Amino acid sequence: MVVHLAIMNARKCFGAFEALRSVSLDIEKGEFLTFLGPSGSGKSTLLNAIAGFEPLTQGRILKDGGDIGPLPPDKRNFGMVFQGYALFPHLSVADNIAFSLKVRGVSRDERERRVNRMVDLVGLGGHAHKRPNALSGGQQQRCALARALVFEPELLLLDEPLSALDKNLREQLQDELVSIHQRTGTTFLFVTHDQGEALAMSDRIAIFNKGAIEQVGRPDDLYDWPNSRFVAEFLGTMNIIPLGPSANAGETCHAGFRLEADIETCSRSATTGASVLAIRPERLTLHRHRPEAAANVLPFRVDALVFQGSSVIVKGSAPDQLPLTLSVARVGFDEDLAVGQDRWVSWSRSDARLLES
Amino acid sequence: MAIISKPPLSPIGMQIMLWALPALLVLAYVLPFAGVALRSVTRPAPGLENYVRIVASPDLRMILYRTVLICGVSTILTVPLAYILAYYWVMGRAVTSRLMEICIFLPFWISVLVRAFGWMVILRNNGLASDLATFLGLPAEMLATGRSANSVVIGMVHFMVPFAVLPMASVMRKIDHRVLLAANGLGAAAPYVFWRVFLPMSAPGIYSALSVSFILSLGFFVTPMVLGGGRVTMIAEAVFVQMFQTANWGLGSALGIILMLFVLAVLWLVRSVVKLDQSVSR
Repeated sequence: MVVHLAIMNARKCFGAFEALRSVSLDIEKGEFLTFLGPSGSGKSTLLNAIAGFEPLTQGRILKDGGDIGPLPPDKRNFGMVFQGYALFPHLSVADNIAFSLKVRGVSRDERERRVNRMVDLVGLGGHAHKRPNALSGGQQQRCALARALVFEPELLLLDEPLSALDKNLREQLQDELVSIHQRTGTTFLFVTHDQGEALAMSDRIAIFNKGAIEQVGRPDDLYDWPNSRFVAEFLGTMNIIPLGPSANAGETCHAGFRLEADIETCSRSATTGASVLAIRPERLTLHRHRPEAAANVLPFRVDALVFQGSSVIVKGSAPDQLPLTLSVARVGFDEDLAVGQDRWVSWSRSDARLLES
Repeated sequence: MAIISKPPLSPIGMQIMLWALPALLVLAYVLPFAGVALRSVTRPAPGLENYVRIVASPDLRMILYRTVLICGVSTILTVPLAYILAYYWVMGRAVTSRLMEICIFLPFWISVLVRAFGWMVILRNNGLASDLATFLGLPAEMLATGRSANSVVIGMVHFMVPFAVLPMASVMRKIDHRVLLAANGLGAAAPYVFWRVFLPMSAPGIYSALSVSFILSLGFFVTPMVLGGGRVTMIAEAVFVQMFQTANWGLGSALGIILMLFVLAVLWLVRSVVKLDQSVSR
């Protein structure tokens, strides 16, 4: 695939505050890429720079090989959905959607045709004549989406568009966004701080932390193969076991118990000394008696049980006050488990990641 | 340690507190107005004689006509001027914004009488304005308007601009900056964003500035008297003359009632325009 949008060493300072520090990223045509990170991590700043609202302090943004830095926002041809939607309060839904076409001098008939098609696409039939303040939150969201897509932009920028909606509506609109993305084939750049949203919708996710991108990859790759402690802990729940300096790469210990991880995952951290072992709760197995395995076994005391419907979260501790969380499927669940019991946990060496602490 | 607390109000005290505001309204506004309305139909004899006289007299009709004309012209000049000031005050960079603030609020601290005389010093024959006209090679009368209707308009506009700025600025402040960014991102350059988004969104401020300016201008008294020099009599001055100089309380009251009706008419007009604007989308 061709690189559609290339961000090269983007840096942005607001006074003494460095909001973006040398960010580089290639975006492919037609993909759904999510910028995920805590607030203040620079994801919205980069989105605004791509839209043209905030010029970069340093670095370049290339579209199909050409620098778009000098172009004002109105010449970039990117659609944008704002947080809080920013609809025109003085115009009807139809006129809101038609705005970009009117600016471009599209004829009245053509305008009407395309607006109607958009109204159908986002499911706003019967509301076209209403003012935005007469719409519900979800309808306003759909109107903002239609307005940003109607002129068939090459790129759609979405700045936390679902954050103001309640949970059920958010999930419904996630599905709709994905379906609209597939039908239009437009490149989507989606900013969110909600990891569930990012994991559910994206082709790729770029994880932002303190003005830099920590890791870019497919959702399952990021979840299974985080290459830093920040990514590991930011996406989902992660058990972190602090370790002493390792004698051999991949072999180490905690409270006298021998722990192992696959060599390739630890090669990065082997040189630095201090490291941690990261294991997902669903990768841990609970045992009544000590398993046979020589490594990756720890004694465990149950502190709390949290019922989750299809699974049970088992919280407890291993030696040295090490908190561990397990997610146990309810099918085949050890029903007489109770708080205060002593058990064992184990995992296979390929499920543990050695990361720099 | 003694805790000092107010004794709770007795039921009678509560009643007094409750009725204080309506009582004030009745004493300060309703009664005097009723008195004026009554006088307009009873002095010198019962009947509508005073109103008939106003309609019939060319002089009084001229005063009404002149009042509406001068007020209309000064309102039409005030509002765009105030809009520009409000725009740069709210939307401008920090330095521009501060400068606008000074321009808007400095006149507030100077009395209307001082300002009227100040303008007279500038606009009189051989004053600053005529010097400036000479310097620019223009006829002196072009800028030095002396005691005339033009000078009255200048003085009134100067007085009313801050009052027109405030309602417009408060509407502009509420405009979501992202809506303007959205318009820009959708392909609209700055002038298009202003005419098609900012201006319509600030329209409620314009309507209230129009009504504030016009209603305020109807009651102008000092400015027309000083800058018009007795030749540009407006309705408020006419009321004063009828009541305190010719002691014709009936006619003065009738003029006062007509002034009041003008104000009510303007308020009603603005309300219906705003309603119309809210119901029409395109």
